[in-house]
Amino acid sequence: MLFGFEWDTSSNWAFAVSILPILLRGMIVTIQATLLGFFVAVVLGLILAALKSAPLKIISWPAKLFTEFVRDTPLLIQLFFLYYVLPEYGIVFPAFLTGALALGLQYSAYTSEVYRAGIEAVARGQHEAARALNFAGLHTFTHVVLPQAIPRIIPAMGNYLVSIMKDVPILSVVTVLEMLNVARIIGDRTFNYLIPLSMVGGIYLILTLVASAGVRMLDQALPKRGLPLK
Amino acid sequence: MHWTEYFNPLLQGAWVTVQLTFYSTILGALLAFAAGIGKTSRNLLFRSISVVYIEVFRGTSLLVQLFWLYFALPLVGQAIGIDLRLPPVIAGVLALSLNIGAYGAEVVRGAIQSVSKDQYEAAKALNFTPRQALRSIALPQAIPEMMPPFGNLAVQNLKDTALVSLISLGDLAFRAEQLRNFTQDSTTIYTMVLLMYFGMALVLAGLMKLLERYVGRWRMARG
Repeated sequence: MLFGFEWDTSSNWAFAVSILPILLRGMIVTIQATLLGFFVAVVLGLILAALKSAPLKIISWPAKLFTEFVRDTPLLIQLFFLYYVLPEYGIVFPAFLTGALALGLQYSAYTSEVYRAGIEAVARGQHEAARALNFAGLHTFTHVVLPQAIPRIIPAMGNYLVSIMKDVPILSVVTVLEMLNVARIIGDRTFNYLIPLSMVGGIYLILTLVASAGVRMLDQALPKRGLPLK
Repeated sequence: MHWTEYFNPLLQGAWVTVQLTFYSTILGALLAFAAGIGKTSRNLLFRSISVVYIEVFRGTSLLVQLFWLYFALPLVGQAIGIDLRLPPVIAGVLALSLNIGAYGAEVVRGAIQSVSKDQYEAAKALNFTPRQALRSIALPQAIPEMMPPFGNLAVQNLKDTALVSLISLGDLAFRAEQLRNFTQDSTTIYTMVLLMYFGMALVLAGLMKLLERYVGRWRMARG
């Protein structure tokens, strides 16, 4: 029994049907962790991108080193680091929050590059045209650069959302009851790993296919020539 | 235990990580070429196998794949009467290379398809078979294009090896967890481990850059 649901081991089909609601409970946790991690990655990535583009080397250089370091080290170790080291300094988060924070931290290194690439992809001539029209610097950014950068940034962010979802099972090591952890517990108690683990694989496949299709549709729906911001 | 005493067990683990990365990157590259070329094939069977392989392994989580190979596959073997119990090393290398191979396959496919149509037409005009066109025309131009994403995937693979510690393989992440259980000195241990992974990633990225420069010469026409 898990989350108040009994499993029925009389036949393979009955077993699969009886554990589906338990796995779906795990799926909800997976989706929550994905969304929270994504939110942290989007916000932290923006801050990192801003710091990295700072004209002062003393600001931009540490931000670049930090990005490189986070991107080149495994999420699992970063998660352990946050989970075991933060409490030593009196910062105690629930496992779920620590996990989402680790996901967001790891992916902020990637999203910060998305912002940079999106902004740099706006053609040089656009800046020159804005200057010829006597736009101020901030005005150029909000009315010329951003409307063209956003349609490039959003689909790339969507792809990272899907990647984050696939990394959520790592959170099981700090006792987060996401879908894979739930499946393992069912396996441990019934000695049948095949059905729960295969079902988790199937659910993941559906989730990522749906999410990827959503990202593709969003990509097509966004006007490539720029998003009117008014 | 003084922190310098951590080096010995951690380096032992790091050596396992290096070996895992090496074997799974090589095997992953082979799978990437097989599936990437398979996806561009005109043979429906090859194409469907490649598409299914790529979608399944890119669409599910690496940890799910690893656990499936390690915990679920033996039960499949039991059902059909074959012993499919894999030792952790084999399950680990297999999961890592199948996963990274699926990502690499998309890189290979993209690079092959980015070779200009004119090149294939010219090859056809010169009476090249499709296989000759692929081997002598498309690949020498496509491989240098693949190298920068391959470099990223190799580093990704190095980072992913940390997950095999969860099926009790004694890599760097596993040794770190053991040491932490023993000494409770998490700050020092995990800082050292993060720096070790960072160092290995920098070396690996450097090696991939060298390889990139080496295959870059294939782009030039040879007499």
